Amino acid sequence: MSIPFAIRVEHLGKKYLLGARHSGQRTLRDALLGRFNGKGSKGGVDELWALQDVNFTVEPGEVVGIIGRNGAGKSTLLKVLSRITEPTRGRVEIFGRTGSLLEVGTGFHPELSGRENIYLNGAILGMRKNEIARRFDEIVDFAGVARFVDTPVKRYSSGMFLRLAFAVAAHLDPEILIVDEVLAVGDAAFQQKCLNKMGDVARAGRTVLFVSHNMPAIKHLCPRAIVLNSGCVAYDGASHDAVKVYLSNALGGADRGSVGMRFENPAPDANRAFEVTSVEVLDREGRLKPALATGEYARFRLRWRAAEAMRHAGVELGVYTPEGVPLIQYSTRPVADVDLDFQPGENSIECEFSQFPVAAGQYYLSVGLTRPMLEWLYREDQFALFDVEPGDVFNSGTPVVSSRALMVVPHRWLNQTTRHRDIKER
Amino acid sequence: MDKTASAKSVIQSGEIPHLVIEPTRSWAALNLRDVWAYRELLYFLTWRDVRVRYKQTALGASWAVLQPLAQMLIFTLFFGRLAKMPSDGLPYPLFAYAALMPWTFFSNALTTSSNSLVVSSGLITKVYFPRLIMPAASVLAGLVDFVCAFALFIGLMIWYQAPLTVNVLWFPVYVALAAMLALGAGTWLAAMNVRFRDVRYVVPFLIQFWMFASPVIYPMSLVPERYRWLYALNPLSGIIEGMRASLLGGINGARIDWMSTAAAATVTAALLVYAAYDFRRMERGFADVI
Repeated sequence: MSIPFAIRVEHLGKKYLLGARHSGQRTLRDALLGRFNGKGSKGGVDELWALQDVNFTVEPGEVVGIIGRNGAGKSTLLKVLSRITEPTRGRVEIFGRTGSLLEVGTGFHPELSGRENIYLNGAILGMRKNEIARRFDEIVDFAGVARFVDTPVKRYSSGMFLRLAFAVAAHLDPEILIVDEVLAVGDAAFQQKCLNKMGDVARAGRTVLFVSHNMPAIKHLCPRAIVLNSGCVAYDGASHDAVKVYLSNALGGADRGSVGMRFENPAPDANRAFEVTSVEVLDREGRLKPALATGEYARFRLRWRAAEAMRHAGVELGVYTPEGVPLIQYSTRPVADVDLDFQPGENSIECEFSQFPVAAGQYYLSVGLTRPMLEWLYREDQFALFDVEPGDVFNSGTPVVSSRALMVVPHRWLNQTTRHRDIKER
Repeated sequence: MDKTASAKSVIQSGEIPHLVIEPTRSWAALNLRDVWAYRELLYFLTWRDVRVRYKQTALGASWAVLQPLAQMLIFTLFFGRLAKMPSDGLPYPLFAYAALMPWTFFSNALTTSSNSLVVSSGLITKVYFPRLIMPAASVLAGLVDFVCAFALFIGLMIWYQAPLTVNVLWFPVYVALAAMLALGAGTWLAAMNVRFRDVRYVVPFLIQFWMFASPVIYPMSLVPERYRWLYALNPLSGIIEGMRASLLGGINGARIDWMSTAAAATVTAALLVYAAYDFRRMERGFADVI
């Protein structure tokens, strides 16, 4: 019998009960209620389908990205696939051993030495003792902790700890690798290491499921991607298209009844005294822009709600790379020195860019409400993930993209043989 | 070409595990096969518990011996000397220590195994393994302490020049019964603890009560004849008395009480089956509620 597929998911459903009384469920309940409020409300509903009728098949050797908004069911899907939690409905069939990088460092005991932890962690991840013994030196080398292998890991630096933990997970060599948001932990070098390892695994012909918010990484590593939305498969196909669907559908807010560059608060909380409710990107005439390209005119309109009046307050607007590098971090005060008073109720302000100076790519929009130089009233560094489309700012047919450079500013080359041309406004 | 390629994959797929994930409806899937597949993890977790237990203690593993030893000295002084507690004709220190070995093992195993799932919630929400391994490892780690305590008991036997009888062959049976009882009760309490943290507060009280309901400081012969059957429903009474008789029968001529042994075995088996069933029923929700 040859294997017909690596993973087959049929009519998979997972139901969570909300409002259960037991104290042990507090964190889960908080998490679910947060998501639930975000969806608006149907009063009295006490169950939530985190996954609903999910169907897909993954061929052996396929590398598939899974994308979706927070709470779309990605983590639940991975938990079901790795048997951490049972599905309520449906069926999953898996051929091959599954390993996952979301378990980095799980089960490490601080009192035990590096050597002891390698064996313990390996066993937890499902490795056989002789398998660990065979790869022991390789793991120690990869982690670069040879000198400290008999030191309790509680004496390790956090970097050493992370490297050792990753080294064990990376040497599991499963037929199916599940990776959940590795890019959320560790420094840039570590993230790059994770990505490289994933690339290696994929090239070695193994099956990979990759959950991430890093759209460039998804496009780069996965030929195919599945978009989850409210627990359902919204799209399953080429990752390039899937990313588009995700951005327009899940983030742009098609499911919220609007099209274009409009972002609503991803986790609204009516209990907060101050809160940004939405951000819109408008054109020169004040209409919602369908998309934003490098070098274009753009007006960011922030709307926020204030429970009380606040004199001499401030608003911040930022644009971050997915790695967290701030490209823009401007405020009414102190940066622009604009005095601003919040009214009780709804407020709004606009920030205008005559030429949006950010290269094509994907970025986080960050917003904040402040008492300038004193305190944050509200802050959300990842208010929305948005795309900047390539714009031919230099009229050369070669738009600047974020993989080459992040900023686009007017500039000239000066020498005797060159024609000069300024950035053209559109 | 294609045919050879597919033929090759047939050979390779012989080793590829096939897994089906479905909602479990009945308790049929106790998944003992999975527990067996993960036996190395059971070994490593037991080993971890043993290694970690006495880390950064000055006296190290001697605590495994010192605990029952200190208790024996206290019990001998207060119950043996002052209260003149009857001990079926045995020297009171031997009488008490023979019971304190299984008792210390049982109470420690019950405490650690009932907390085992909750303290490793990080593992439970992140990685799959048969959850039964967690309380089982706690019980096995307790057995290691039991062995240390038993080493001292051998010394005591020699000191008191206690003759051995053929009944000593039953000793391992009682050890196994004690371990199974701890596993059954610990497993069930561990599962309940995931849902109701009240268990953490109930267990110390339960242990205290259980000790007075077991023949640790007094002999079973002190219990009025007509209540014996009720008393025997506590499996520890059969186990502790049986252990005493198998080890110390050479001194006072005590015989193994088959009635209470059979009762202990039956109750333990029933508890184990029930605990396994209930554990399996609750296991599927562990990651969601822990």
